[in-house]
Amino acid sequence: MSAQITSTANPEGFVSSRRWLLWSGIAALCAWVLVPIYLVALGALGGRQGVYQWPKTGLPTGISLDPFILFLKTEGVLQSFLNSLGAAGITVALSILLGAPAGYALARYNFHGKDSYRLLVLLTRAFPLAILALPLTVSFIKLGLYDTIIGVGLIHTVLALPFAALVTQGIFMGVPRELEEAAWVFGCTRVQAFFKIVAPLALPGIVATAVFAFVISWNEVFAASVLTVRNRTLTAYLLTVLSESPMHYRFAGGLMLILPSVVFIFAVRRYLFAIWGISSK
Amino acid sequence: MTNNRSWIPYLLILPSVAFLALLFIVPLVQTIWLAFSDNGLPSSANAQRMMADINFTRSIKNTFLLTIAVVPVQLAIALAMGTMVAKVGRGRETILWVWTIPLGISDLAAGLVWLSILQNSGYFNSLLLGLGVIERQASWLSYQTPVALFFAIAVAEIWRGTAIVMVIIVAGLNQVPKEFKEAAEIFGAGPWTRFWRITLPLIRPALQSALILRTVLAFEVFAVVYALGGRNFPVLVGEAYNWQNQNQNYGVAAAYAVLIMIISLAATLIYLKAIKVDPERLP
Repeated sequence: MSAQITSTANPEGFVSSRRWLLWSGIAALCAWVLVPIYLVALGALGGRQGVYQWPKTGLPTGISLDPFILFLKTEGVLQSFLNSLGAAGITVALSILLGAPAGYALARYNFHGKDSYRLLVLLTRAFPLAILALPLTVSFIKLGLYDTIIGVGLIHTVLALPFAALVTQGIFMGVPRELEEAAWVFGCTRVQAFFKIVAPLALPGIVATAVFAFVISWNEVFAASVLTVRNRTLTAYLLTVLSESPMHYRFAGGLMLILPSVVFIFAVRRYLFAIWGISSK
Repeated sequence: MTNNRSWIPYLLILPSVAFLALLFIVPLVQTIWLAFSDNGLPSSANAQRMMADINFTRSIKNTFLLTIAVVPVQLAIALAMGTMVAKVGRGRETILWVWTIPLGISDLAAGLVWLSILQNSGYFNSLLLGLGVIERQASWLSYQTPVALFFAIAVAEIWRGTAIVMVIIVAGLNQVPKEFKEAAEIFGAGPWTRFWRITLPLIRPALQSALILRTVLAFEVFAVVYALGGRNFPVLVGEAYNWQNQNQNYGVAAAYAVLIMIISLAATLIYLKAIKVDPERLP
């Protein structure tokens, strides 16, 4: 809209130079995001020789999958990868199971204590939650949860649950209340109406929430490192072996951390944009 | 909606309340007790030991400097991204997706990404060599180059953390009614005046949440520092980690945790006061 107004109000050359400025700005910011990822991929696939090659060109010379596969075969890597998946799985399941009902309650009901509940959820945002891993170590040792993937999943759920409650609230508010009421009129119980009408409509948004919970758990370093010794997640594993491992192993680790979450976010980008309200103009 | 079954919402929030009580409130209280007790009695021994530590002042200074350097730049880049993408029709979704990629990247991975660029035989030095700025490999990430290390960590943090600010800002910009801008244009306001007088005041809630979230996260900076500089650049969370894992001293680690909590809470309150959001004036 504003572009149209300026194009009628200004000489043609001025407009095209502004257009050019806009697109070069966008291109520069895209490159700012993408080029470092490309370079770490080169580092991960270039192996030992690639790391010490000097000066570097930034072109994909001498790369192969072998260095990355060698990294995967290093003792502990595959297991920690599976541990990360396990902890993220627990986080996704728990934060949706506990967060979605709360989101539904916030979206559909007015009740005493609603504001206090919102405050509790917001409070969790103001604290460095990973720090909670410190006292939890003591309790987890007593409960036998220390150094287990379940323990890591529980603390990651504290990180993801407030997010899940707030986002699912938005999703359920987007499902028209009338549809649900119509189902009651036609004889559905509340539970039936929820699972037959509301759940299918809210599903894409809930999947997007789940992916975000996955990414939160997948990326968390501090709590996972404090709560585990042998059953480390990939981030915790990389953190502890960081200073001893050769450069190209570190880059391979970085690439391995990046790939799954980028693929996941790509898969659900449409729904993520929708729940953040950033896609519509 | 209905008042006749008032127990339903409580039943729905109960699981999450119980969970957060057990795994958020209880450990929170425990952390505070752990920090201010010694052998089961109230004591300031841990706090004193923390403050006497050689890295204490440095870690506070580093964390604050990093936050002050990183957050405004992220906000500026996010605002630039938001204004740019608002002018784009086709291709908007693709651009937004590229800009949100760092959302999925952990601080540890971001540190490793920038390590590949900034290490001695890395791409940054290769570029400088090509431009004739340096003659041999320069070192940017050692304890002898604290300023360069600071900038390296700041760049990695900006690279990784801008995406979440951008998402919040773009969502805020989307809620600004077009009529406001068009009216301002009719009354002859230029792009800068429109931005400062119309857009910025109207996206106050978004600015507020973005600033709070990013500042709290910046105080928690840890893995990106560890990946780039090891222990050459002490920060608060890193010190908590070292006291817990290397020194096996939970008390001092908890004292660091409480300190971070207090700083985060203070920053949140300052933002809430400084950027007043008047609900009546929201679009």
